[in-house]
Amino acid sequence: MTTVTPALDAIDRRIVAATQGGLPLTPHPYAAIAADLGFDEAEVITRMGRMLAGGQIRRIGAVPNHYLCGMTANGMTVWDVDDAQIERLGGQVGALEFVTHCYERPRAPPLWPYNLFAMVHGANRAEVFDKTERIKALLGASCRASDILFSTEILKKTGLRIGAG
Amino acid sequence: MLDAIDRRIINELQGGVPLSHAPYAECAARLGLSEDELLARLGALLKSGALTRFGPLFNVDRMGGRFCLCAMAVPEARWDEVVAAVNAFAEVAHNYRREHALNMWFVLAVETPHGIAAARAAIARATGLEVHLFPKLREFFIDFRVSA
Repeated sequence: MTTVTPALDAIDRRIVAATQGGLPLTPHPYAAIAADLGFDEAEVITRMGRMLAGGQIRRIGAVPNHYLCGMTANGMTVWDVDDAQIERLGGQVGALEFVTHCYERPRAPPLWPYNLFAMVHGANRAEVFDKTERIKALLGASCRASDILFSTEILKKTGLRIGAG
Repeated sequence: MLDAIDRRIINELQGGVPLSHAPYAECAARLGLSEDELLARLGALLKSGALTRFGPLFNVDRMGGRFCLCAMAVPEARWDEVVAAVNAFAEVAHNYRREHALNMWFVLAVETPHGIAAARAAIARATGLEVHLFPKLREFFIDFRVSA
């Protein structure tokens, strides 16, 4: 897992709690958040800027729902890749333009021999299969086994829920 | 359902919304729209579900918390009951049904590093099923961007 960076302070956490559901759709959203919290707009902007620079905020913008945007096929492709090659090959798979997330994760044998996960989205399953063939070609003989797990239903999607601390 | 302007909004505003006094006006200018039209369209995209959210995307790892991908092999006969039991945990952020013996895949999002083990134990207790953890060992690339 990744390293722990300094925790946010209480004011940061109140800003996180106030914005995790989204920004207000009003012309001056940071001023509106600030007014709710009893700060001024500059404080909210400065602190969110610090969180953006520190990586606590990845980005600010639209979070689309793949399914309702027409990308209805979502395949979690999984691969059993030679450990000696995974750093190099994982980087190459992650760089493919159609791979949205790419991670090395532990195997859980015998049920789960796979150590590389690459999420592939497409308008339909055929498109996901085509893209998966490109990953297979890239991995070549360094890959011993693979599978595609299509999602058939979103059971829950709430995103992060963090308390005001 | 989405028209060309909706698609441009989704494709071009997945990041880079400024931290400024009038961010929507600035984004609207980039897209050649009025601020009012952009706000109305964002409201409609959120209402229709095409956008799940518009705002900051947080990285819980950098906030002292943890994400962990988990999977369970849920017997079909118990499916609905187990979905309800798992989804009832606030730590379960996303949950997907997938076609595999491991047929339920969810993400735990917790505020402290030890929260994953606690949530795993609580879910195992509530369901009587084993919870397999697949923490990320290495992240090669993340691009949350989606083409609409």
